[in-house]
Amino acid sequence: MKLTGAEILMKVLHEESVDTIFGFPGGAVIDIYDELVNTEINHYLVRHEQGAVHAADGYARASGKVGVCLVTSGPGATNTVTGIATAYMDSIPLVIFTGQVPTHLIGNDAFQEVDIVGISRPCTKHNYLVKRASDLARIIREAFYIARSGRPGPVLVDLPKDIMITKATYQTAVKPKIKSYRPHYEPNKRQLGKVIDLIKKAKRPVLFIGGGVILSKSSKDLTEFARRSQIPVTASLMGMGAFPGTDPLWLGMLGMHGTYRANMAIGASDLLISMGVRFDDRVTGKLDTFAPKAKIVHIDIDPTSIQKNIPVTIPIVGDCLHALKSLNEMAEKNNLGDVPRSRKSWLSQIDEWRSTRPLAYKTTKAIKPQFVIEKLYELTEGKAIITTEVGQNQMWAAQYYHFDKPDHFITSGGLGTMGFGLPAAIGAQVAHPDQTVVDIAGDGSIQMNIQEMATAMQYCLPVKVVILNNQYLGMVRQWQELFYEKRYACTCMKSGPDFVKLAKAYGAGGFRATRPDQVVDVLKKGLSYDGAAIMDFRVEKEESVYPMVPAGAPITEMLLV
Amino acid sequence: MMNEKHVISMLVDNEPGVLSRVAGLFSGRGYNIESLCVAETIDPDVSRITLVTRADPPILEQIEKQLNKLINVNKLRDLSGPESVQREMAMICVQARANNRAEILRIVDIFRCKVVDVGIEHYIIEVTGDEGKLMALINLLKPMGIKKIARTGVIALKREPG
Ligand SMILES: Cc1ncc(C[n+]2csc(CCOP(=O)(O)OP(=O)(O)O)c2C)c(N)n1
Ligand SMILES: [Mg+2]
Repeated sequence: MKLTGAEILMKVLHEESVDTIFGFPGGAVIDIYDELVNTEINHYLVRHEQGAVHAADGYARASGKVGVCLVTSGPGATNTVTGIATAYMDSIPLVIFTGQVPTHLIGNDAFQEVDIVGISRPCTKHNYLVKRASDLARIIREAFYIARSGRPGPVLVDLPKDIMITKATYQTAVKPKIKSYRPHYEPNKRQLGKVIDLIKKAKRPVLFIGGGVILSKSSKDLTEFARRSQIPVTASLMGMGAFPGTDPLWLGMLGMHGTYRANMAIGASDLLISMGVRFDDRVTGKLDTFAPKAKIVHIDIDPTSIQKNIPVTIPIVGDCLHALKSLNEMAEKNNLGDVPRSRKSWLSQIDEWRSTRPLAYKTTKAIKPQFVIEKLYELTEGKAIITTEVGQNQMWAAQYYHFDKPDHFITSGGLGTMGFGLPAAIGAQVAHPDQTVVDIAGDGSIQMNIQEMATAMQYCLPVKVVILNNQYLGMVRQWQELFYEKRYACTCMKSGPDFVKLAKAYGAGGFRATRPDQVVDVLKKGLSYDGAAIMDFRVEKEESVYPMVPAGAPITEMLLV
Repeated sequence: MMNEKHVISMLVDNEPGVLSRVAGLFSGRGYNIESLCVAETIDPDVSRITLVTRADPPILEQIEKQLNKLINVNKLRDLSGPESVQREMAMICVQARANNRAEILRIVDIFRCKVVDVGIEHYIIEVTGDEGKLMALINLLKPMGIKKIARTGVIALKREPG
């Protein structure tokens, strides 16, 4: 069967069960759009291509599917870069289609030509420039396969305009075969056996989990393993929700703004079993004082993550799901359920840390941002899908909203991209039309992609934005307060906008609270509003996130409230 | 620990962009490249890249893992040891006046290399060998005046069939 490039693209998208695309048109992709409208695929027209990528990213995180974007050449393509880098750092499966000038013009500085394959090379898992229509189907299939398999990540496919109108033979569903790409899922059983042996001997074991547990869909198996063997669990920002945040074994988040008990537990632990993590500096603090007494087990699908930052005792390359299934079988055979007595004193030590140094804040007459999150948690019964912007808002969200399920906390962990939360919320809402989706935002970050309110309105997506409005780039201000003698250089954002009016200008609901006694009412109004809404909470301006480990210090040396 | 020299050889897909993926990985992650050689193998779909880097053991481990992670890199080996043959070629343009022409030719003879171009005031010498041999020759020719030099960088093969 001979089809045009654009028709082949649609066929392969169908093969890959793609029903949702976030995009923005232009000259180089006009032929694709002309074809797209003849399909069943729902296209969401964003207001900025960065928004398209974050929305596809939020969609992917919330649904577990591959997120798809379509943008034009030149500026359309360059506008996607921040979104792609965000997804790359957090290992999120995306396929980004960019338009390109016709093949005969490539290299001529043609109108809206840019070498997006060159630009995106270091922030994609892989990328392609399609040079022949006959390669198109194979490349698109490979792109999806690479994006979702192994350690997932974004893959970019650059589509020259002429290829989209050239006819080529289309063969249905041929499985991609890439001889140099074979992700290694099955962990070494002997190595796993050693982990069981170490657990038997350990007095103070800790499980440390990250995004890999969520990506491999192994939360259930992890929870079973932790509960059976009574090992307390901490997580990186990316791992939040992989283990129930209301379980007694839950330690809270680890690292720079981790809980006292989590950081102390790592300091005291004699066995650290880490899964699907990469020991980011925000988690480890000063490297040579991280888990100083512990033997370290590291299970990850990406060999480059292992032994990169932290020397480990037992390296295991493999998928967390496979590893946990085996570990659970072995745990059962080895009666790990008969928890040794020593474990009881370890758990009571942790309880003591929890009760003496819980997450805390001082109340004043102003609205405390932490209080807003606590109330949001109560009113949504902990069931909302939470996205965040970046900064203090993100850390308070992680600290005060307790996630019981994976895929419910969607945040830019690795790149820390301000402007992520709103478009990501839109993507999550598209994936789950009936769930409450809330973007916990800062007044600074929300302005980086506020234009996506129009997207939410156009498609009747009832996303809720909770702005913790401190009129500061709060996280940077906090560093200036603590480490730069309160020299608040360029972090004050006094001049608005009026977010309530802004919401209304978009046709959305707008609500404001300026006093603590208004918080619950505003949350109720905003959450129950029929459609997208912005809630503007005028919070304590110079509130800081605690605990805090100064950059480069050991994580057990925390500044507390 | 010592930053030891390593010869890394890999088979890659013979397609545009692969070299920049490899080079970009080194520059982006701050690894060093001393030399780099690329050419097609007998399979026209496959090229061999041989590169020389200096790194301590943990960084070397990262370099090898990161290279392996590139989708277009097929097979990677460290060919540093005596189980492999390493060779490099250089062309050296040396000043050759009446007073030292004979001396240069004697050196060429001893090193079993070749004069591939002769001019009124220069020779171009072609030499192949391991790094030690090349450096020894260069050091002997330096006093005569080396005008320019082109080196291929190291290529290597494991001493085994297949
Ligand atoms: C795109 C981008 N630019 C700059 C930064 C650096 N940065 C990190 S947090 C932060 C402050 C964010 O301010 P706001 O959104 O108001 O959040 P707050 O910390 O006040 O809750 C800044 C500027 C960033 N993370 N991303
Ligand atoms: Mg702020």
